[in-house]
Amino acid sequence: MSRFDRDERRLGWLLCAPAVLAMLLVTAYPIGYAVWLSLHRYDLRFPDRQSFVGLANYASVLTSEVWWRSVFNTLLVTAGSVAVELLLGFVLALVMHRALVGRIAVRTASLVPYAIITVVAALGWRFAFDPTTGFVNALLGIDQAWLSERWSAFFVIVATEIWKTTPFVALLLLAGLTLVPPDLIRAARVDGATAWQRLRYITLPLMKPAILVALLFRTLDAFRIFDTIYVQTHGAQDTESVSILAYQALIARLNLGLGSAVSVLIFIGTLLIALFYVRLFGSGVLGRAGGRR
Amino acid sequence: MSGTPVETQGSLSERLFWRFTVLVLVLYALLPVAWLTSLSLKPSGDLTDRHFFPRAISLEHYAAVLTDPQFPAALGNSLGIGLIATGISVALATLAAYAIVRLRFPGRRAVLIGALAVAMFPPIAVIGPLFDLWRLLGLFDTWLGLILPYISLTLPLAIWTIAAFFREIPWELEQAARVDGATRMQAFRLVILPLVAPGVFASAILVFIFAWNDFLFAAALTSTTDSRTVPVAIAFFTGSSRFDQPTGSIAAASVLVTLPVVALVLAFQRRIVAGLTAGAVKG
Repeated sequence: MSRFDRDERRLGWLLCAPAVLAMLLVTAYPIGYAVWLSLHRYDLRFPDRQSFVGLANYASVLTSEVWWRSVFNTLLVTAGSVAVELLLGFVLALVMHRALVGRIAVRTASLVPYAIITVVAALGWRFAFDPTTGFVNALLGIDQAWLSERWSAFFVIVATEIWKTTPFVALLLLAGLTLVPPDLIRAARVDGATAWQRLRYITLPLMKPAILVALLFRTLDAFRIFDTIYVQTHGAQDTESVSILAYQALIARLNLGLGSAVSVLIFIGTLLIALFYVRLFGSGVLGRAGGRR
Repeated sequence: MSGTPVETQGSLSERLFWRFTVLVLVLYALLPVAWLTSLSLKPSGDLTDRHFFPRAISLEHYAAVLTDPQFPAALGNSLGIGLIATGISVALATLAAYAIVRLRFPGRRAVLIGALAVAMFPPIAVIGPLFDLWRLLGLFDTWLGLILPYISLTLPLAIWTIAAFFREIPWELEQAARVDGATRMQAFRLVILPLVAPGVFASAILVFIFAWNDFLFAAALTSTTDSRTVPVAIAFFTGSSRFDQPTGSIAAASVLVTLPVVALVLAFQRRIVAGLTAGAVKG
């Protein structure tokens, strides 16, 4: 190895080191600490009664109905919002790609939800559906206490998530759409392919990488849903997500041992989702996944 | 950014269909903002009139929010914490991105994949440990206590987007500068940095929005107006009693924090779209 190569190597590591250390500081080290905490009885309200309890915290989480209900709720919100976002995002991308008049207007408007604080968006929709201050009931001519019942509360939560994150999906899909050669579409049209056939056999297969990236990131994002539920129902009406459950145990009840067990389980869940996508679509999906949010 | 339209021609009904769709989409995107603006302008007595447009305009909620001690403090905290975290994150990411794109060394791919793993990381998993550690180290309810996690969690986004912008630079310019006798540092500072500045700026906006938007860390790691940020202040905003929710004030505060960021994003929308999708398709 030449001296130049060695210098270049050294410089490369030197330049990356601060960023790598900063990333590890708030992920690797604390997750290790979380595992340690999860193996202990550690309740900040009773700090002297700290002791090693092995897997007892995991046992009490995994046998509690509250945990499994929150898992079900989280998966429900994830599946509901990601499915609709993908469909709606595709329509939005098509409009931005094809509409002659107003494509700039759509792109501009679709960046508005992205720029808004999630808490603010959640409040905006909560106020809109609120029976006393909202306009939705007046508009529909009904009298529904949306956030006081389980299924209508889920509807509002999922609607908020969809509104907030569809633009991100649309922009990713649009980037994929621009890779479809227009000549190919024209040729197919000349050959008599219908709009549906052109979409099904040309556009969609070519867009597969973009669709996968959008799917992966939105699934992981939806799985950690916190802000919207916290603001809209605070987990009431049995709408608790796993993140809300962990937050309540850790910060509201100060039970760091039990709460950390929930946190570690969420971390494992995230890993499983990522592995699922990698297994399903090959590790190429990771190489292609780049900037996000 | 979106190439040439595929269907430049088309029947009148087809064009009308697209125009109608555009209109619906724009209205839908603006709906909650319009509603919050409407609520914020209604006089207190009209808040429950359930009309979409205010029947009378009043600025009383804006006056209330700006004279309340909670909100201006939160605004200062959010701006300060967000700007400091953004500055550090983008600076570290620029160094790393330069090395990844420009230098050959083993492990540069590992840095990119590692950054991706951090981007997928569920923040709730570290809330407990950080809560415990920060109280121990005296970082609980301080600016630094939020700046540190924001730097770490925005670095992946910053590295990926800045690296994508770096890849589009004509590197012959750097070589030319080196041939003319510039050191590597001079070439970087005088030739490369000015070229990549717009991309770095776009990344900075994305990073700032991440920090500005965060609710989880700010809710868990702060407790007073010393470091409480805007999302937490708005979510925990209370009226005179627990049951009297100050809808008008919350709406006014929401509008005040939303408009500047929306304006910023719209002003730089081309670059932001490029940043958001950077690396996602080109690989």
